[in-house]
Amino acid sequence: MSDLMGVINLDYELDQLNELTYFRCGAAVPFAGRYRLIDFVLSNMTDAGVKDISLFVRRKFRSLMDHLGEGRPWDLDRKRGGLFILPPDWNDPSDTSHGDLQHIRNNLDFFNRGSAKYVLHVGSQHISKVDFCDVYRYHKEQGADVTLVYTKVEQLEPEHDPCLRLDVNEDGFVSSIHHERDHSNVYMEMFVMEKSFFLEQVRHCIAHGDSYFFRDAIQKNQHQLKIAAYEYKGYHAVINSVESYYKNSLDLLTPENYNSLFKDRSVNTKIKYEAPTKYLDSADVSNSLVANGCIIGGTVENSILFRGVRVHKGAKITNSIIMQKCVIGENAVIENVILDKDVNLPSNRMLVGDVKRPFVIAKSSTL
Amino acid sequence: MMKKKEVVAMLLAGGQGKRLKGLTRTLAKPAVYFGGTYRIIDFPLSNCSNSGIDTVGVLTQYEPLVLHSYIGVGSDWDMDRKDGGVFVLPPHEREDGSSWYRGTADAIFRNLKFLEQYDPEHILILSGDHIYKMDYDKMLEYHKEKNADCTISVVNVTMEEASRFGILNTEDDLKIYEFEEKPEQPKSTLASMGIYLFKWDVLKKHLYEDEHNPDSSFDFGKDIIPLMLKNEKLLYAYPFEGYWRDVGTVQSLWQSNMDLLSDEPLLNLNDPTWRIYTRNPNQPAQYIAPGSKIVNSIVNEGCVVYGSVNHSVLFYGIEVGEGSEITDSVIMPNVKIGKNVRIHKAIIQEDMVIEDNTEIGVDRSNPDEILLIGIEDLIEEPEQAVTISTIIEK
Repeated sequence: MSDLMGVINLDYELDQLNELTYFRCGAAVPFAGRYRLIDFVLSNMTDAGVKDISLFVRRKFRSLMDHLGEGRPWDLDRKRGGLFILPPDWNDPSDTSHGDLQHIRNNLDFFNRGSAKYVLHVGSQHISKVDFCDVYRYHKEQGADVTLVYTKVEQLEPEHDPCLRLDVNEDGFVSSIHHERDHSNVYMEMFVMEKSFFLEQVRHCIAHGDSYFFRDAIQKNQHQLKIAAYEYKGYHAVINSVESYYKNSLDLLTPENYNSLFKDRSVNTKIKYEAPTKYLDSADVSNSLVANGCIIGGTVENSILFRGVRVHKGAKITNSIIMQKCVIGENAVIENVILDKDVNLPSNRMLVGDVKRPFVIAKSSTL
Repeated sequence: MMKKKEVVAMLLAGGQGKRLKGLTRTLAKPAVYFGGTYRIIDFPLSNCSNSGIDTVGVLTQYEPLVLHSYIGVGSDWDMDRKDGGVFVLPPHEREDGSSWYRGTADAIFRNLKFLEQYDPEHILILSGDHIYKMDYDKMLEYHKEKNADCTISVVNVTMEEASRFGILNTEDDLKIYEFEEKPEQPKSTLASMGIYLFKWDVLKKHLYEDEHNPDSSFDFGKDIIPLMLKNEKLLYAYPFEGYWRDVGTVQSLWQSNMDLLSDEPLLNLNDPTWRIYTRNPNQPAQYIAPGSKIVNSIVNEGCVVYGSVNHSVLFYGIEVGEGSEITDSVIMPNVKIGKNVRIHKAIIQEDMVIEDNTEIGVDRSNPDEILLIGIEDLIEEPEQAVTISTIIEK
């Protein structure tokens, strides 16, 4: 459906995953054995037929660029349109904009050139399988100025604290946008708006010295605008801290979560040409997610192994997340640990973290 | 005018591979699945890519649909090039009438125009039937060093095996003086791997000569090589060391898959310097449930395993239900295996659904036979589709 053009706005997302975001932005953090967090929202967009997608990035985006390339795995390597990664490079002396408005203001070409009439604006921290076609249909049906996507969270966790909440009336419109922590309607940082209206709001915000589009154009005007609320039901996780990353990763080890995230439509990601995973005679793997290219000779329980991990004989991995190309030496013991990429754990070593606060080892660390 | 290429590879991929039975009912042998994620043709294509050969013609004939769509523009093997790339070359109609490719040499002869675009020095003839990793660039160096008209890659087989192969009899310096197809009394154990490197001008002359011979079968081994020997051309054997298998039968395909399961297999698929590329089916990481047991096996992404898997190869998207046991088997993509199923020494073809409590190959009269279970067997008698045991009896 080419009525929608997409913006993935990473401008205001904080990189709060400690060691995992030392050298990369949150959107580029590896997840679920072979993906990066951005893959989920990006795949949802391309599945809905969105053909023009721009990414507003501000810092630590090198690994994100490497991951996305020209967008081929998402079929975004197009002659017209496709994927645009837009770094903060602007040199207009007359520019008075601030915050994420700066990104929009300096990339007006993207909006003007695209033929789509509606803008789908999203972040990367909410992992879901939202059907944006349905959101768009709902937006038009409601005749709204803007439609916000939310989900009802049964059990609120600390990672939901920074999320905005929506009061929704019987007709499906937002009556209030607020920060009440015990409110269960969590805004998923996804909205749809007509492009002309969006750009008009941008101009207006800049003229008034504002700095954040959502806060200043939508939240502040919540009583003047007709704001529809689209309720999403399905897999949902917010990843904005090491704890939420760890918990939501290991939560994928239930068939319900695994199936709802992966089975109905596949999530696209950068292709690696790894051989299938090899289980040696001494392998003992249970309740785990394993990507390709691993060679497993040890014990793996309640854990996630990314692509190309080597687990030597006698090693024991429990409740841990082991990222790409880590090597776990013979008889090493790992419990409640997140190993970022390329970590080599020598034989007979022991790393134990806390169930609630996993021990995180930064990328390429030598132990 | 195309850019000149030193070497152009021609990959023969038109064979049916009849002895693979149901596996090649709807696709050519090079498209047959192997090793948990690959198709056979991935090996020669990846070898080309890794050897720096970027111009490859793929000659297709028998059931080409799967191959054609699989190869596409060749981006998976890094062959979507501006100059060169991979080209699928099926038989085509010409001014003087049309016919199928009558033999391996005829297939090349009929694509002279394709080859001449690149004005090559050498032509590498490959077959899409074998599993091996080989650096063709080293063979080219050898070929040039010897100033050979033709270099044929050979493996050393045992004397007993030799009568099943095309055998090259050579001088001490590996200069070939005779070629014998499946000799009863072999004089040498150097078996041709069906990999030929020719000087293009020499090959072209011989293709013309052979094409006008009414008794020819237009085959490289049977006609072109003997003709070159007769014309006193310089032919050398190039000894290849490493894993090489012709997976031409159900038994050998199964065995070759099983060869991957040892702790240090002869064919290393995890070598980052010599990747075997394949089209990625984009599946999520495999989920290994509590209580499952997987040993001595290779398992691809997209699998969900509740049961036990021992000494087997699982392709992508396979489900293995609780209480099921798979031993010594190859399970091809997207097979759904129910609960308490037992599968022993079988190849299950893609998309099969194996109902709960089914036993395949457990009670068997011939312990060495590899059972091949395919969806076609079921379609013939749809009312029996639920009981797979009926096919096994056949």
